[in-house]
Amino acid sequence: MPLTLELALGCARAWARDEAFHRHCLSDRRFMLDSARRSLGHRWSLGPVVGAWGAIVSFAATQAGCDRQQSTLAPAGREAQQIADLFWWMFGAGALIWLFMMGLGAYVLVSRRRPHSERQTRLFVIVGGAVLPTILLVILLCCGLAMLPRLVARAPTDSLTIDVHGVQWWWRVRYALADGESIELANEICLPVNEPVGFNLRSEDVIHSFWIPSIGGKVDMIPGRTTRLVLHPNRTGIFRGACAEYCGTSHALMNFYVRVVSRDEFDAWLARQKRDAVSPTEPSARRGAQLFVSSGCGACHTLRGTSARGRVGPDLTHFGSRHSVGAGILPNDRQSISHWLQRTGHIKPEVEMPDFHVLGEEQLADLAAYLEQLK
Amino acid sequence: MSLQDEQAQRLLKAWETPKGWRYWSTVNNSHIGLWYTVTAFAFFLFGGGLALLMRIQLAIPNNDFLSADQYNQIFTMHGSVMMFLFAVPIFEAISILLLPQMLGARDLPLPRLSAYSYWCFLIGGVFVCGSIFFDAAPRGGWFMYPPLTVAYQPGIGADIWLLGLSFIEVSSLAAAVELIVGVLKCRPPGMRLNLIPLYSWYILVVAAMILFAFPPLIAGDLLLELERAFDWPFFDARRGGDPLLWQHLFWIFGHPEVYIVFLPSVALVAMIVPTFARTPIVGYSWVVLAAVGTGFLSFGLWVHHMFTTGLPGISIGIFSAASQAVAIPTGIQLFCFLATLLVGRVVHSVSLLFVFGGLSTFIIGGLTGVMVAVAPFDFQAHDSYFVVGHLHYVLIGGAIFPVIAGCYYFAPMVTGKQLSERLGQWSFWLAIVGFNVTFLPMHLTGLLGLPRRVFTYPSGLGFETLNLISSVGAFVLAAGLLVFVFDILRPRRRQAWSPRNPWQAGTLEWLAEMPSRSWGIRSIPEIDSRYPLWDQPNFVRDVDEGRFYLPDAEEGQRETLITSTIDARIIYCLRVGGPTWLTFWAAIFTAGVFIFATYHWWVATGISGLLALATILVWLWTGTAVIPEKPRKHVGLGIDAPLYVSGPQAVGWWAMFITMLGDMTAFASLVFGYFFYWTIHDDFPPQPSPGPGLLWPLTGGTLVAFAWLCTCAARRWNRQERTLPFYVGVLLSVVLALTGGAAMLAGPWTSRLDPTAHVYPATVWVLVGWTVVHVALGALMNGYCTARRIAGRMTAEYDADITNVRLYWHFVALTTLVTVAVIAGFPRVS
Repeated sequence: MPLTLELALGCARAWARDEAFHRHCLSDRRFMLDSARRSLGHRWSLGPVVGAWGAIVSFAATQAGCDRQQSTLAPAGREAQQIADLFWWMFGAGALIWLFMMGLGAYVLVSRRRPHSERQTRLFVIVGGAVLPTILLVILLCCGLAMLPRLVARAPTDSLTIDVHGVQWWWRVRYALADGESIELANEICLPVNEPVGFNLRSEDVIHSFWIPSIGGKVDMIPGRTTRLVLHPNRTGIFRGACAEYCGTSHALMNFYVRVVSRDEFDAWLARQKRDAVSPTEPSARRGAQLFVSSGCGACHTLRGTSARGRVGPDLTHFGSRHSVGAGILPNDRQSISHWLQRTGHIKPEVEMPDFHVLGEEQLADLAAYLEQLK
Repeated sequence: MSLQDEQAQRLLKAWETPKGWRYWSTVNNSHIGLWYTVTAFAFFLFGGGLALLMRIQLAIPNNDFLSADQYNQIFTMHGSVMMFLFAVPIFEAISILLLPQMLGARDLPLPRLSAYSYWCFLIGGVFVCGSIFFDAAPRGGWFMYPPLTVAYQPGIGADIWLLGLSFIEVSSLAAAVELIVGVLKCRPPGMRLNLIPLYSWYILVVAAMILFAFPPLIAGDLLLELERAFDWPFFDARRGGDPLLWQHLFWIFGHPEVYIVFLPSVALVAMIVPTFARTPIVGYSWVVLAAVGTGFLSFGLWVHHMFTTGLPGISIGIFSAASQAVAIPTGIQLFCFLATLLVGRVVHSVSLLFVFGGLSTFIIGGLTGVMVAVAPFDFQAHDSYFVVGHLHYVLIGGAIFPVIAGCYYFAPMVTGKQLSERLGQWSFWLAIVGFNVTFLPMHLTGLLGLPRRVFTYPSGLGFETLNLISSVGAFVLAAGLLVFVFDILRPRRRQAWSPRNPWQAGTLEWLAEMPSRSWGIRSIPEIDSRYPLWDQPNFVRDVDEGRFYLPDAEEGQRETLITSTIDARIIYCLRVGGPTWLTFWAAIFTAGVFIFATYHWWVATGISGLLALATILVWLWTGTAVIPEKPRKHVGLGIDAPLYVSGPQAVGWWAMFITMLGDMTAFASLVFGYFFYWTIHDDFPPQPSPGPGLLWPLTGGTLVAFAWLCTCAARRWNRQERTLPFYVGVLLSVVLALTGGAAMLAGPWTSRLDPTAHVYPATVWVLVGWTVVHVALGALMNGYCTARRIAGRMTAEYDADITNVRLYWHFVALTTLVTVAVIAGFPRVS
């Protein structure tokens, strides 16, 4: 790679790694403004347009508040970081080119000038239309291609591997364990920070696309194929993923949460997930457990350690420990659970799960109590 | 009455437009072009209305203005309508309207084909759009990815998309054939290929792109509809199919499509800029080369729509490079326009304003396009709102604004009256501000992580305000466009006629009188400049006084000149078809085939197909290759030109040749499918599948080859006045073709290949079926030639029919050869 290119990329990375950029929700808003001003204004000196964009970005960041859980511009993984750097460089260069073209346009259309000779303009066309774009594009191509091998590489053999299946409209997640066994959960992924993780992506029905914007790019899940993705999360926190390929009626409601934690926390989490479903102690939850059986929930859902072994729907063994209900669309609390059970098809149009409004308020509350304590 | 007036009277009479309800039987390009333009624009407004509904739904998070299903229908229809019913047709519409004027021709060479294309477009478009009012619209996205659009969407929506839009694609292809022949053969004498207006160059490039880009999609439509209707598993992974084949076929169409939409608008810019710079275009040949280069490159980029499908890094790298390279010819074109303005003295107008607004917008779309061509960035941006922002910058900046500029520019030529500069200014500023307010924030919405095609989004992730801004902007943009529509539609009875050539342009279309006359041009001029109105002395006077070619219509026929492809020497005087209802009925019955098939009413489909075939045969029988009352006629300036030619000199031969190139492209796409499956399977054909064997395919192939040879011989014997051998040859070829086709079918039939069992038998059946249909059509054509000869409508001298049919048979022979080689030969060598 040419030295200048190296330097340029180095600068971008340095900026992007700016410690404060990633830290601390409370100071985020002020920080985003500052950061935008500093990095956009000083390092590139791109003038007012970039300033305006910077303002828009920081404005958007204030919009997002502490919850920039889905933003490619608040990276929490090596891949997302590299791509965000690349974006900012391309954006800066693009803005410059656009301003240059607008300047030319203004000169041509508005200024009072004598007509130029055709000979003069020949060089103008060759340099402006062919030579300069070619040089810029070659540089860009080199940058892009240089990044590519690492983005499409396989994960190191001993790294954590997770199978994720896209299903209309939720995610089946399976962790292969060291002892050859595996555990299954749904719509939630937990990752150890600063370790490579490989995903094997498959689809059980139509094409989906697996995307955690904060951590890295997306890869499609295609029936009949297994696609792969490697990510390196490098910041702890809770992030949100989405299905990026239109997959039918409730495509918009196919989300999931990703928790990036320290290795110790991850091990503890995995150990908890390995256990069977807890038995209910609270009276309401005990009634809920009976309802779970009598309503036939086990036909579709699995609760490890109980008679429920259905495979059609999500595994619910540790449902209560998850971040959301209904694939990232409702918070996980009793109220939401009973709301979900009552109006499933309304909340998520054309979902396969029937709603259980026939059960009545009290029974739904029992069922919700049972599900919630499945930590 | 002077001789000149008498001539003018006769000319007017020949080109007279029918009155009253018969007006709708007219086929002249200036009327068809206008209907086409208005219809395409109506579809644009419909698609825009759908967009506003979407923006209302997305204005606030968790909105329930539209249900998920409604939203999905609406976004599918918005994309499909804008692409298939507006973007491509509007280019063909404007070209049908303008091209003959620019070339100083009286009409396009096959006016009835344009009329047929228009009626197909209207009926198909209304059918597709209407579905949304019955909650039956397609809901699979404009890209229709299987398997979502097969087993998971049982209603008729997807069929409406596949069949309705295939129908419109056929009509687009018909118009493309018409335009290619128009540019190549209908130029005025002396207008060598290096003198034609830039617009025509672009049209040539774009029509050729349509010719090679649409057939893969039509082939894909065929496969997907076969899977939907008959369960042939082309895209079903469980039975050996692969959903990715659809994506390849779709994007081999879909990426050139972007340039098919964008280049015609550049073509308009290339006409407008020199006029308002008052100087010829700078770098004519650079612009031409750039346009051709863009056309070529655009076929090598499709995979950049599939960067996230898990392709190997090497293909991603190659397609990433190609995708960026396409920016270079675009840059050259832009700089040529800027250079032209630099050389000239700029005159300001609303047209130029829209051009400038369009280009400044398009540059942003181009720059973000280069960004998403960089694969790593695409991994994040793909299928996010960033791409929605990007593509609207490209399409609205690159196509809609220039088209509006074109409307302001060409309105006086078409209607005889100018549009309002003041309303134009209003429209421009509203539209450009509204546009940027709508689509600029979308880039950011996408980077914040919002995927495309979502009917709603949650609050708390930073999407709310940006979406609200976009929604407000959308209504401002709509207001700007409505001002423009008002300017077009407002009554202008009291407005004075525009002066002739109001912009003082230099190209032939500005010879048009205000109001224009149905003859198009008083006499067809001799050209020796790119800007004859600027460069050739006394040009307008000479044209108006009928001093050039064809100033008269002695026989009361509609005539125009056909010239040679490169240097535009006169070849012959073509008599084009006049008003007829046949094209209308042919379109109705063709529509019946597609519409009835949507509902699986196979009997009605068959009947409608037969009626369509019959109507088209009557149309051909009465309207084509008509033997003239005399072999030659005086066309003016002391030149005698023939009235009938056959073979490569004739427009009919060119139309057949170009159509068959498109046909072969569709066939090649099916063959591509076969080899695609071969590459993804370890064993293809899967063992122990019997395959169609060697015997029957070889027998069928040999018989078809003999049918082809008999047809060639029959043409020769006909020309040598050996009547009996001709009849024997042509009828023998019918028999050989039919038995050959039957033998081809016997291959998969006798070996019991079940097309629903696995993708291999399905692929074999499709290739065989495609071939057999072509062979059967060839047999029908030979029967037609026999009847023509018996009826005396074809003779030894006037033999265009059999000559064109022979050309068709060359392609059939090639198709058969390839099919036999693939289904019988390939399994033995692989």
